[in-house]
Amino acid sequence: MTDEVGKDIQASASGVPRTAAAAKANATKADAAKADATDEPRRTAPIGLVVSAIGALRQTIVPLVIGGFAFREELGALGGLAFLLLAIIAVNMGVAYLRWLRLTYTTGAEDIRVESGIVSRAARSVPYERIQDVSLEQKLLPRLFGLVEVKFETGAGGADDLKLAYLTESEGEALRHLIRERRDEEAAKTTDLAGEAEIEESGEVLFSMDSRRLFTFGLFEFSLAVFAVLGGLLQYVDTIVGIELWDPDLWQGWIESQSGWLSSFGFVAQIAGVVAGVIALLIVGSATGLVRTFLRDWEFVLEKTARGFRRRRGMFTRTDVVMPVHRVQALVLGTGWLRYRFGWHGLKFVSLAQDAGAQNHDVAPFAQLEEINPIVRAAGFEPPSESLDWHHASRKYRFDSAAIEGGFFALAAIPVAIFAPLPFALIPLGLAIFFAAANLYAWQFHRHALSANQVFGRKGLLSPTTRIASRVKLHSVEIVQGPIAQRRGYATLALGLAGGAFAIPGLPLARARELRAAILDSIAARDFSELAR
Amino acid sequence: MDENTDAAPPAADPAAVQTPVVETHGDDQALTELHPNYKSALRVEATLASIPFLIGAFVLEVQAILPPAVIMAPVALLALAFIIRLPSRRFYARGYAMSTDRLRVVRGLLFRHDTVVPFGRVQHIDVNQGPIDRFFGIATLTLHTAGSHNASVNLSGLGEQLARDMREEIRSHIKREAL
Repeated sequence: MTDEVGKDIQASASGVPRTAAAAKANATKADAAKADATDEPRRTAPIGLVVSAIGALRQTIVPLVIGGFAFREELGALGGLAFLLLAIIAVNMGVAYLRWLRLTYTTGAEDIRVESGIVSRAARSVPYERIQDVSLEQKLLPRLFGLVEVKFETGAGGADDLKLAYLTESEGEALRHLIRERRDEEAAKTTDLAGEAEIEESGEVLFSMDSRRLFTFGLFEFSLAVFAVLGGLLQYVDTIVGIELWDPDLWQGWIESQSGWLSSFGFVAQIAGVVAGVIALLIVGSATGLVRTFLRDWEFVLEKTARGFRRRRGMFTRTDVVMPVHRVQALVLGTGWLRYRFGWHGLKFVSLAQDAGAQNHDVAPFAQLEEINPIVRAAGFEPPSESLDWHHASRKYRFDSAAIEGGFFALAAIPVAIFAPLPFALIPLGLAIFFAAANLYAWQFHRHALSANQVFGRKGLLSPTTRIASRVKLHSVEIVQGPIAQRRGYATLALGLAGGAFAIPGLPLARARELRAAILDSIAARDFSELAR
Repeated sequence: MDENTDAAPPAADPAAVQTPVVETHGDDQALTELHPNYKSALRVEATLASIPFLIGAFVLEVQAILPPAVIMAPVALLALAFIIRLPSRRFYARGYAMSTDRLRVVRGLLFRHDTVVPFGRVQHIDVNQGPIDRFFGIATLTLHTAGSHNASVNLSGLGEQLARDMREEIRSHIKREAL
């Protein structure tokens, strides 16, 4: 009996290479022309090891420098620290090497397989048909070494996507090309995309930003985030250096020692000081905005290729994202209160894929409407126009929301009037009137429209945001009524949009039902599986 | 909904219940009432939920901090309303309408939700039964869609067999993706 089992194992053991060899023979027969389509497991680029080692080192460098600073008097401890540093580098390199050695990827006939893990092995197989797209990302360090991180988007959502960290640029491009070819073979033998695939790299440029545009954009991206970062850093220093930064006594002492000096300047000089401070804030805020914008959107190019939209951007971290046209679920056309006065808008695509952690894809972050409209049309949507049948929210909703917002502050005035001197109660009362009036006024800017293929929703007084959804690409329609809405006869229409939210509040109930019936008829007319391609 | 209160209650015998398909769709369509046992299930759930409050009130009562029955009486009254009145109102506020190509689910007393899911957008379907549901022979049908809002639409209180029939019925409408 034991012999039999042994034979079985032997047979299966010898069977594995045989079938693998057979599969390989088949595959090579089928794809004799394609050099990339080998079935052999391949490793990622070895130079990637250096990148990951440096990356790991970067994380340890800050504590090490601080440690070195703390022990600068004691030579022995410093020597120990140097030894520790070497040990950390050695261990990092060792682990990175083992990991590299144990990570292989195979581009098979039907799927891509990645096997990884030093001790516990993980094998993952993703069928080509399920790969929505392959995106390449280059952070600063890999870019210096000519490496890319290849991401396979399967629609499973950011974290679950398959990644291959650090292939050479040419390998990454080849892999992307191979997977697209394979997917087309798998999925759509009927449509002849082979010819289109050739011309894909030279797409039509829909939108790009030069450095002048970036400069203007950067000025509008005014941000004081740098102060938050500085505050955080100070706290970090605080714990290391041992100066009690938040100790009031320290500052009080310092101000007292300087106050004679300050007051000697007189009133005018103090005002000048305040003005100078505000100007400094403006400069720092604008500079932060400029730097961030230049880093993120450097050489921003949006192209329309045969495969879909292709967007490249970034100074140090260069990203290259391709989104098939059919995956665009909806559009968000937004702006800021100040840039709106100058006619600047931003366009985003709503889809199930994520863009650098953000929900929507920026496709034209800073553009005039006449630049945005062609992009909207290229995505298969129609831009909103005044000729549409625009409707407003219910007047009862207008009154109720103004009453609720104003009422909140009016209620707040009561305890203020009781516990503080009477004039102070005027502040919340003033706010109450202001918010009620703002709500009443903003009502006329909140509107929605239904066209033959699309739903439009617009809101916002100072910086209007317009959402455009395709009627057939919605998944459910819901009418929601809260306790007040039930009595007052209005409702919120909530649309089931993949990858985003789209709700139109305050519709008269009859209008909500009319919209729902119309949208549902569009949805039911086409099955989900017909949407994808 | 009140208009449903005077409608004839569906038969309690699960074998007699057929998948009710409404031919028309619209907002004036009649909603199908849920399984009568669902009211009892809601009542059992309400009872279980109010037990901790009753125990708490009883403990405070025993401590005799306040005059007798000052705590226990209102809590007991609230619990009675919660167990007797509320499940019945919640039951009549719920309903569904299944037409040839879509399912409409209505629920909620305070916040009314009226959701319609076309079968063509259903990704997958669940039929779930908790222990209370199993005792009463009812089940929850859940439709999953790809939308972020209403990613899953629950329809509780269907007869067990009916829920399974509805699942089969809806599944037959979902076209298989080309493999």
